[in-house]
Amino acid sequence: MSKENRRKERIDRGIKVRSDGLYALLSWREMAYLIAPRFILIAGLLALPLLMPGLYWQRVISIVCIYAMVAISFDFLAHYVGLVCLGGAFFIGVGGYIAGIFNAYFGMPPLVTIPLAAIAGGGFCTLLLLPCLPLRGVYFAIVTLMYPLFMARIIEAFDLFGGTDGILGIDSFSSAFVEQYFVVGILLVFLFGLRRLVNTDMGLIFTAIMDNDQAVRASGINITHYKALAVFIASAMGCLAGACLTHIYMWSGISQFALDFSILPIAATVIGGAGTLAGPVIGCLILVPISELLRDFGTLRIVFYASILVAFILFRSDGIMAFAKRKYEQIERWTQV
Amino acid sequence: MEILVYGTINSVSLALMGLGFAMVYGISRVPNFAHGALYIICGFVTWTLLQKLGLPYGLAIVLSLAANGILGILMYRLVLIRVRGMSISEIISSYAIGLAILEGLRYGGFRGMTYTLPVFMDGMVVIGGVPVDYHRIVMVIIGILLVAGLWLFTHFTKLGLALQGMAQDERAALMLGIDSDFMAMLAMGFGAILAGVAAITILPLGNIVVESGYHVLIMSIAVCIVGGLGSWMGAFFAAFIIGYAQILSVVFLGSHFQMVVALLAIILTLILKPSGLFGQQKELEDRV
Repeated sequence: MSKENRRKERIDRGIKVRSDGLYALLSWREMAYLIAPRFILIAGLLALPLLMPGLYWQRVISIVCIYAMVAISFDFLAHYVGLVCLGGAFFIGVGGYIAGIFNAYFGMPPLVTIPLAAIAGGGFCTLLLLPCLPLRGVYFAIVTLMYPLFMARIIEAFDLFGGTDGILGIDSFSSAFVEQYFVVGILLVFLFGLRRLVNTDMGLIFTAIMDNDQAVRASGINITHYKALAVFIASAMGCLAGACLTHIYMWSGISQFALDFSILPIAATVIGGAGTLAGPVIGCLILVPISELLRDFGTLRIVFYASILVAFILFRSDGIMAFAKRKYEQIERWTQV
Repeated sequence: MEILVYGTINSVSLALMGLGFAMVYGISRVPNFAHGALYIICGFVTWTLLQKLGLPYGLAIVLSLAANGILGILMYRLVLIRVRGMSISEIISSYAIGLAILEGLRYGGFRGMTYTLPVFMDGMVVIGGVPVDYHRIVMVIIGILLVAGLWLFTHFTKLGLALQGMAQDERAALMLGIDSDFMAMLAMGFGAILAGVAAITILPLGNIVVESGYHVLIMSIAVCIVGGLGSWMGAFFAAFIIGYAQILSVVFLGSHFQMVVALLAIILTLILKPSGLFGQQKELEDRV
């Protein structure tokens, strides 16, 4: 076969076809084929805290999970609702500050402040983003990119909540073990919860809003209502992540609104695979440890992950997850044209 | 009087920052989030040529502007051309390039307060009771000349008309034999040079620090959004609105509020009138 007149053919594996739908119950092998990827992800995430040597790397796992929550919320908003929100740091910061305020000023324990931060923070973020919901594309992206910067400047200018020093003396989790399993557990709940959500009727409306909002409107559905709902879901997740971050570092401050929290989750989503929900988690599992390993090189790590990001956008824009899925479900071979 | 003089100076410096961003977006529809990085890198290249290699100031400026233009062209040629039309990939990739440049400079040892460019002219003059140094006056003149020059260039030269044609309707321009990729590449180069001009005129007033790259990016976005994305004249007028608003807020509220004003301007404009004050975009395309 000469190089010019051949092409790559992709065919579904037999077992993939057999395990579609009810036929999956035919044999253990088909069921194992379906369960294996999910099982590996769940078991892997649950085992990670045990496998890590030393407290430092266990802490890295918690940070991975926090970034992953923000990344999932970005992925959900961008690829299932069509709202590209570049302001992950906004959610992290709002959640972090709310948890910090309720813990340091009112003495509530972390188990109360974290859900409270998720609900109240979600409400707060949704309320602030409500006027921007009619915007589309670049405009929504830019306005959300500005929100975290704006909040940071407001806190600085009015010297709110400790000003540039931030809120100190916040309780940590009762132990490192509780901390890690709490964030890993929440992450898994969010991941599978969202996967379920996007397949419900509500998820269908979200996707329809992304594809053609005028058609959704013509069907008599209030799109602002649904967009606000989606933003609430995503921002509640981000705020919960921010609250966890506050309790892990026992501090909340302006740097939680830093661009890091907006960019790294997006990079993770691009690398892991946009629109797959599991992809961002994988992206975070790769990116965050790399960035920790390169900590000695100072700001060079930012250069490094920015270059990875650009390379993935250019050459592998569908991400690792789509690639892995293809390999798992299909066989490839060269055929004569 | 103080407000009037410094408001004008601040506005012109904002206009200088924003022009490059407005030009790139107006012609190629690429939001160039590496604008701040291009600004800073030009400052550092000029500094290196001037202090390390000992070139005369004028030559150093010309060389660094040329280098900046080439950098912009390479950025378009190698990266942005592949993601053109996908607005989110454009934002993410150009922002990532900018981030890489800025943080790379920081890693390369360009930090601290030791990097300054000499002013063009020493001395100062008193205008209406307010002392103003010559450099700021030169800056205002350069800013006005630049805007006038750009206007003449886009209205009376063949290349400028081609760029304008592309900005108005890319498909029609293609049909008339205007190579849109080449034009977009040129626009990117011009944008980078404009960022460099802004850097060289504004940076001598202070230190060259990496952080101001982010500041410049935000300010130029603010100017362009308020003026309407893709409208250069809009950007120029918006620079005056934001410039005066900033100076007023500094005088009456405190220096922290300078940034708050700019960010508030972006958010309010996007919420109330996303096409900006002078934008040509149709309302329906921006909002539902």
